[in-house]
Amino acid sequence: MWNIAVIAVNTFRENLRDKILYNLLLFAIFLIGGSVVLGKLSIMEHDKIMTDAGLAAINMVGVVIAIFVGIGLVSKEIERRTIYTIIARPIRRFDFLFGKYLGLMTTLAVNIAIMLLVYLVVLWFNHIPLHASLLQAVQLMFVEMLIVTATALCFSTFSTPSLSAMFTVGLYVVGHLISDLRGITEKIDNDLIKIVVTALYYICPNLEMLNIKGQAAAGVSVMLSYQAIATAYGLLYSGFLLAIACLVFERRDF
Amino acid sequence: MKVISIEGLIKTYRSGWPGSPTVTALAGLSLSVEAGEIYGFLGPNGAGKTTTLKILLGLMRANGGTAVVLGNPAGDVKTHSRIGFLPESPYFYDYLTAEEFLGFYGRLAGLSHAILPQRITGMLQIVGLTDARTRQLRKFSKGMLQRIGLAQALIHDPELVILDEPMSGLDPIGRKQVRDLILSLRERGKTVFFSSHILPDVEMICDRVGIIGKGQLLAEGTIDELVHRDHTDSVEVVCEGLDGESIAGIRSVASRLIQRGRQCLIILPNPDSVAKVLAEVAKHQGRLISVTPQKRSLEELFFEPAEIPCETRVPLCGT
Repeated sequence: MWNIAVIAVNTFRENLRDKILYNLLLFAIFLIGGSVVLGKLSIMEHDKIMTDAGLAAINMVGVVIAIFVGIGLVSKEIERRTIYTIIARPIRRFDFLFGKYLGLMTTLAVNIAIMLLVYLVVLWFNHIPLHASLLQAVQLMFVEMLIVTATALCFSTFSTPSLSAMFTVGLYVVGHLISDLRGITEKIDNDLIKIVVTALYYICPNLEMLNIKGQAAAGVSVMLSYQAIATAYGLLYSGFLLAIACLVFERRDF
Repeated sequence: MKVISIEGLIKTYRSGWPGSPTVTALAGLSLSVEAGEIYGFLGPNGAGKTTTLKILLGLMRANGGTAVVLGNPAGDVKTHSRIGFLPESPYFYDYLTAEEFLGFYGRLAGLSHAILPQRITGMLQIVGLTDARTRQLRKFSKGMLQRIGLAQALIHDPELVILDEPMSGLDPIGRKQVRDLILSLRERGKTVFFSSHILPDVEMICDRVGIIGKGQLLAEGTIDELVHRDHTDSVEVVCEGLDGESIAGIRSVASRLIQRGRQCLIILPNPDSVAKVLAEVAKHQGRLISVTPQKRSLEELFFEPAEIPCETRVPLCGT
């Protein structure tokens, strides 16, 4: 546990000293501010549009950080050979991997907390009612980022950064289209394609399950049991991806 | 007591995708390092030096043979708390200050909060970076990076220190500092295993040397044993004022004779002919300038095995 904490703190420190993250955070705040303009320009439901656009901005920036920092978590260490001096210490490879993951998730949590705070202040200044559903939506967004980061980390243990980014973005897109995949399989005649699409349906994460932005913008909360199940699903899926990452990482030569 | 014991180590890997030809990095390497000695690991690029170090540290797994470090199989995580390692041309977390950097590696090695600040201060003093304590590593020169790298390898006071090309890229002052540091480790009873291309440094500080080529140990022993093995020292004589007749007499015993103006450089294959040459010089009223016995250098030894075709090369070690 000690080593995991040491690696996580160092990863968090690395992220804090990376100027790109500050730029992304500023961009998110700019987008949240922009949602006010967007809401005011709309003819009707401007409160809902403002709320929805703000949530989308938080989600987008969070996912960009999860993917693009996530793919570099391990590959950058290998490429720059910083991993040599780490693995040569009394530390298990699993500790290293999990520490890197926790470090990035802490960074994401802090980023999301700042974005959420700005978002709530912007809504409050514009006299838009604040619902608990907004917090639910942001919490499930974070669960989605757990999965996306674990996916990026998993791919980066055996692939190049560019391929890892492509695979992760692909899985993210498929993960949001997963409910459509089920419908598509019923309309496909070709058996092979049907098998591939069905396999994708079962293998890919169901990220739509974690997307309740629409309801939250309308001020509709989801049941706590749904939130708990969706969170458990996200944690299990992330754990599964981390287990694969560990298996690959444990066997590789540097 | 053996600190490192390697027996018939084999490492092959694919050069690309599955199905591509395999490359043999180590072809049955065997060597051992005794406690408290400085062991220099030499060989040309691609000989298998770094691969060996990586296997010892658990960064790579061997396909065959055994490697035992401090009594445990190589790669055993617990043993790593007794090993310090500096890789070749190290790149470190450049966003950290020197103090944070050593703190990070100290904590990974299991040093407690109580002793870590003292150790950091001590290590920064030893490597001469006290003034750079709060400076980020991205503002360090190459020499400073090498020194802070050595400090991280030593922060937990390891029994065995493994260094991959520790002098590479350093200026003469930096090289001397590293040499002195390695020698001070031996004085404190530590074992140092290091690879290097800088042969004069190896000659100066190593107790024993191993020369590796194409994944096999070609020669091993003390510097003295290696440079004198199967070798007769030549002698270099410089004199002046010799005429054609006397030169003709000397040429018969010299392996090489070079005349530049009035001066004449005579290389004799062994010391036996020195008396005859000196007699010729005296007889023809020449003037003797110098007589220098030539010792084979480690550099000559280093190049020698590399020039032997692999099929006909006979390992020198153990002979």
